[in-house]
This record gives sequence, C-alpha cells and structure tokens, in this order.
Amino acid sequence: MAGGEGHPLRDYVTAASVPGWFWDRTRSVCFTDLRGGTVLGQGLAALAGHCVLLAVASQLNAALALIELDGVARRVVIVPPGIDVADLAAIVAAAQIDAAIVDDDAPPLPALGLPIQVLCEPSIIPAKDNAANPILTEWVLVTSGTTGIPKMVVHSLASLTAPLHAPSPADGAVVWGTFYDIRRYGGLQIYLRALFGGASLVLSSAEESVADHLARLAQHEVTHLSGTPSHWRRALMNPAIGKIAPRYVRLSGEIADQTILDGLRATFPQAVIGHAYASTEAGVAFDVNDGRAGFPTTYLSGMRDSVEIKIVDGSLRIRSRSTASKYLGAVKPLADAEGFVDTGDIVEQHGDRCYFAGRTGGIINIGGLKVHPEEVEAVINRHPRVRMSLVRGKQSPITGSVVVADVVLSSGQRLEATRQIEIKNDILKFCRDALPRHKVPASISFVRGLDVGVTGKLVRRQG
Amino acid sequence: MSVKLTIMEQMEQVAREHGKILPPLNEDLVLANCGLDSLGFAVLVARLEDVLGIDPFTAAEDAIFPITLGDFVKVYEHGRR
Repeated sequence: MAGGEGHPLRDYVTAASVPGWFWDRTRSVCFTDLRGGTVLGQGLAALAGHCVLLAVASQLNAALALIELDGVARRVVIVPPGIDVADLAAIVAAAQIDAAIVDDDAPPLPALGLPIQVLCEPSIIPAKDNAANPILTEWVLVTSGTTGIPKMVVHSLASLTAPLHAPSPADGAVVWGTFYDIRRYGGLQIYLRALFGGASLVLSSAEESVADHLARLAQHEVTHLSGTPSHWRRALMNPAIGKIAPRYVRLSGEIADQTILDGLRATFPQAVIGHAYASTEAGVAFDVNDGRAGFPTTYLSGMRDSVEIKIVDGSLRIRSRSTASKYLGAVKPLADAEGFVDTGDIVEQHGDRCYFAGRTGGIINIGGLKVHPEEVEAVINRHPRVRMSLVRGKQSPITGSVVVADVVLSSGQRLEATRQIEIKNDILKFCRDALPRHKVPASISFVRGLDVGVTGKLVRRQG
Repeated sequence: MSVKLTIMEQMEQVAREHGKILPPLNEDLVLANCGLDSLGFAVLVARLEDVLGIDPFTAAEDAIFPITLGDFVKVYEHGRR
C-alpha cells in the first residue's frame, strides 16, 4: 500500500500482514498492537481536532503517538530532542497549540497555559473504539534556523510518504535502523518506510554510545541502515561496526563524498550503498545508488518520479509532491511562485556529473575569493591519514578571512610532535596539489573528534 | 627560539609553499618587496598565531601597518609582553 491515499497512518499500520516491531534501548513494542490499543489513555478523544505539541522524551512514545494522532489531531508539532525550552513558547503561539503530549521523562514544560495535557502510558492499553471520521492532519517539523526561533515546516502524510515506493517481494524481512532521531526529517522518513514497508525499526538513543548502538543493531539483525555521512564516519571509526551487515546502507542530510562512499563499500562489500538528497522543506528529491559522489546531470532534465530539479544562480531548486506546503508563522514563503524550493545547496557541473560544493550561506570569503568549506574538506578527507575534517573561515587582519582546518586522523593514536608536523605538511602539500592557493588551509589543527550535532551533521560555527 | 627567528623561519616556510623566493631577510627589508603577497601574509599571520599564540594585528585596537620586517617583528615582540 502506498501512502497519501487519504487514509490515516493507523490504517496502514493495523493492516500490516506481518507484525512489525519498534525497539528502543529498553522496550520492544509490536506496533500492530495499536489495533484496538492506545498509549494515550483516554486522552486521544480529547485531542480530536486540536493543535498538539508532541513533546515526549522517548522516541518510542513519539513513534506510537504519531500513529494515533494522524487523522485525529488537526495539527501535530513534532518537538525534536534538545530544543531550547525558551523556543517552545514561540512555537506554541505560532502554531496555535492548545494541547501537549508528554511522558514521564519529558522535561517539565514551561507554563504555556495549555488547556489539554496528555501523559503517555508506559505501554499499549485497550482503547475505546474511535469511530470518528479521520481528518487531514498537518505534520509540522521543527528545524533549526541559523538565527532566531526554529522554523516550523508543514507537511502532510501525503507529502512525507510521496518518496516511498511499495516494497518489492525480493526485499524479504526488513529491519530498519537509523542513527537519526525520528523526530527529524531524515529519521521520520525511515520511520514511515518501516511502517509502510511492513518492517521493524531499531530506534536510536541519545544516551547510548556508538558501540552499544551498533551492538543493538546487530542483535536485531538490521538489514537497512540510514544516517548522515558524519554519523557513518563516526560509526566506521568504531570497532563494533564489524558486528553489523546491512544489505542497504543509506546516507542523507549532508554531502556524501567519495571517501565515505568508498569506506562504506570496503566495509560492506555486499550492500547497496545509496545517498539521498533531501531537506525538510524540499522533501526527498532523489537517490543515487551507483556508488559515486554527486548525481548524474540527467537528473536535471525533465521529471523523475514526479520530482523536478533545476539549478538557478548555482543553487539547487526542487519542486515535487514531497515538498512541504509552507512555514508556520513565517515571514518568507517556503517556495517561489512556481513552487520550487531553493535548497541553498550549491551545485557545480563537471562533465556528466553534478557535485555539491557547499551552502550559499557557508561561503568563506578570502579577500574577495569565495571558498566553500566542503570542497576543501573533500580534498583533505582523501588523504590516507585523515578520518574527517572541518574547514572554516578564521578572521584575518589581511584578507578578511583565511581557511583553517580541524582534522581528525584515522589512526587515533597520539603522535610525536615531529611526526605531527610531517603529516600536517603532507596534508598541506596534498591540498596545494589539488586546490587553488586561496583554498589551501593556512593552518591545520589536529583534533580528537569533531562535533556531530543533534541533526547528525557536522557542527559548523561561523569563524 | 626568539620571536624574530620564529617569524623568519615561518616566512621561509610560507614562501616555499607559495613558490616564492625571499630576498635575504634583515630588519630593514621592506615587507612589500619581500615577495609575499597579501594571501601569503594572511597565511603567515595565521601560522604565527599557531606558534606564538597571538595575532597582534587582530588584537590591536588601532590598525597597525608595519613597513619593514623589523617593524613586523616589533609588533609581535610588543604583543607578547
């Protein structure tokens, strides 16, 4: 069954012929048990037609509540983990929230004056039959703006499931895992894939180490695993990676460079390794499964899977059925007059391939010459001693900015000072051979690790 | 190593990387004539900050315009105090 045919999510889930499971660190829940059951107690009826803030701590509770809320609530704002409590009041006001769902571990909500508050049950309990006609529910995702309050992006079950294709019988039993939290677009896609594909899903946990998460993925024999390139680099640095053997490895949310694709190929020689292009606003635009970075220029011509892509002023524009409809309470529209979303991702064409060259906003200006951090990182990451890198601008009294790089070495062991200088010089030579002079880092610092933010992407700070 | 020697060593290093040959380095050498362009100097200042821990130009309240290598060295020696 494909999504977006007007049925609420519960119908798809309870119709599944094979019972699927959600697993988190401590609980296993068969989601077909929601047939005739609820985790919202008597609260579900009270939420009908309301604008609901889903503010639970547990991803599993969010996963179950979403199944129940679709078709019942008018609007569900999915609060991602780690949100600033101070932003909640603004979200509540802009989204006209009048009800909240919390759980035992949720941080206490500030006094928001919400008339309805529902506490998630610790397990599924029998529900009264809810005979009300389903309504169309707005699914609202919260993304971090670079400044000010987070942006609220309005989707529907139809737009969220537009990129999903019916599973083919050859798929066999599927167990999805994701390094994402399902309350963000990348994770929500995997959650819906699991539900619509009759699969199971291993949920991540912020409190869990990478090694423990990988061990748990192995225990449930994960077959399909998704994350950002930064998630994957961190996983590949962990010896526990050898415990899992997924058939499908998916990257999204950041640029997948050739090094990470090759690293995954070497680690999982039998797997299909695909990188997807998606953003919360634009939705999933395309998948690339040929093992190469970038995407074919043929994607730019015509319509593929009802997705149209074009490049205007260097940045990628997308129009499709999976595009969000609007921002809530926004001052600027989400798409242009023709319905194209400007992703802000710079694309450069080389031959028959398009490559991502960074963000329109993330440009470093070296005395008037523009540098995209990602293109320098791509070169540094090709160096055999490098695991990952972060390139940023640093204030310079002479050229406004210079390029500097924080580098994580692949060996992990501490090196003598003289050896460090040798490797630094070698990386710099590597950069000089591949890049114009102004793009070569002025200085390189070796760091033990790089911050991967709650979104799974490298944390970039403005230098 | 003295500040002056550190600066001269880093200048040689940056010049090598940028494919430039420096004239003999002495206090009276005019920086504009030393062969490093603005990008070269920007890199030099960033490297010196790594080695010496200061960027006296960015830290200074007033703009500093050293003319000679001797002036340049003094800015760093002064900044270290």
